[in-house]
Amino acid sequence: MSRTAENYRGYNFAYLDEQTKRMIRRAILKAIAIPGYQVPFASREMPMPYGWGTGGVQVTAAILGPSDVLKVIDQGADDTTNAVSIRQFFEKTAGVETTTETGKASVIQTRHRIPEAKLQANQVLVYQVPIPEPLRFLEPRETETRTLHALAEYGLMHVRLYEDIAQHGHIAKTYAYPVLVADRYVMDPSPIPKFDNPKMHESAALQLFGAGREKRIYAVPPHTKVVSLDFEDHPFEATKFEQPCALCGAKDSYLDEVITDDRGGRMFVCSDTHHCETRRCEGHLGPLGMPVTEAAE
Amino acid sequence: MSLAGLQNPVLDQQATFRAVMQALAEPGHAVPAGAVAGEASPLGPVARAIALSLLDFEVQFHLSPSLASAEGDLTFHTGSRRAARPDEAEFAFLDLRHDALDLASFAQGTPEYPDRSTTLVLRVESFAEGNPLTLAGPGIPGSRKCRIAGLPVDFAAQWGANAARSPLGVDLIFTTSEAVLGLPRSTRIIEEAR
Ligand SMILES: [Zn+2]
Repeated sequence: MSRTAENYRGYNFAYLDEQTKRMIRRAILKAIAIPGYQVPFASREMPMPYGWGTGGVQVTAAILGPSDVLKVIDQGADDTTNAVSIRQFFEKTAGVETTTETGKASVIQTRHRIPEAKLQANQVLVYQVPIPEPLRFLEPRETETRTLHALAEYGLMHVRLYEDIAQHGHIAKTYAYPVLVADRYVMDPSPIPKFDNPKMHESAALQLFGAGREKRIYAVPPHTKVVSLDFEDHPFEATKFEQPCALCGAKDSYLDEVITDDRGGRMFVCSDTHHCETRRCEGHLGPLGMPVTEAAE
Repeated sequence: MSLAGLQNPVLDQQATFRAVMQALAEPGHAVPAGAVAGEASPLGPVARAIALSLLDFEVQFHLSPSLASAEGDLTFHTGSRRAARPDEAEFAFLDLRHDALDLASFAQGTPEYPDRSTTLVLRVESFAEGNPLTLAGPGIPGSRKCRIAGLPVDFAAQWGANAARSPLGVDLIFTTSEAVLGLPRSTRIIEEAR
């Protein structure tokens, strides 16, 4: 009690004032009740640039309490500048415990990835969203996209995806691949790779999405149907990788290409750094991996 | 007589919100309340903590006839005002032990803005009695059974009409003196045992 009281004395707990938190909390409750629907909210200025995920930060600030354990990832990694700053921001303003371990976190804020480890009940995944409107590229006017969502008129979206197939033989979109939530709203899952889309379906965790610049909050409750848009003759296919992770040998995780030297050497490694470390600690080894004790040197 | 506010406003509001968030994310599951405030309030201590956590000058509330005496208390503590009509309120408070329930009389949202609807905070006796309801929908793996004491006899019919309006419609937060249970518009009652 006294530790918590100390932490927020002098400034607002988790930075935001209570008035702003209430407004965001009301929006979150509506978002959960209407899965996939974008609830407008009065986004506030945060002490970081928009590209840094101010929408996700505001959602996290509104839900976070002293007993939460927070994990922040950026492209799957816990140690990028963006992830480290956001984690430190909440350590300082909310005094919460932070972790890099997916299984230990009660709240995970993410940019561009869903952790490889299966999320659990009572975990909340908060996405930082740059462009929340999946129909924006078809229709720039907000009043029009609202009408399309109201009528569930998603034909144009399908036509556009089908044009891809005609042109490329497959749907070219590999990020921010649109999904249909609970058989009603088409939703932009944020720029996660389509590899991650199947993880959203029937996830045990609550998924919250915050877009700061566009002032939208949306949600997917736990155990909710999330279907990637596709066609009977061209079913959705998650990205597959030809090779395993060079470090941990994982065959089922999302890989990033990493340059290893200045002679053009490169390798493919897990984008989820915690997942890769966990596997190496368990003794899994990829073709270029070292046992974890040496790798730690 | 004036009632005290939340003991520790910042933490109690957060805890209250999280309980309500969990209740709506897991419909039909009774979640321990995050905080209580004002045993003597006609709203009951849990519903009043919700009021003190979610109301402010940006929203209006509706009170059922049996809770009308709480108006001064809510306005004093939250800065929120009583709405002229039930369908102008963001939040409505009813005590189902005394008040009639008419879901259609509240704001249902619009096709473009289904979020512009009333959230009902309903006081009931317990989540241990009442006809067992079997629920399905987002937030529920398969189906989930729950009991809510003292629901009106036509509740399943009213809820069916509400669900048929989805994504429009109202959301319900049931409260006892210690727990909350959510029924968002997305939830369907698939069976009502009698
Ligand atoms: Zn790996």
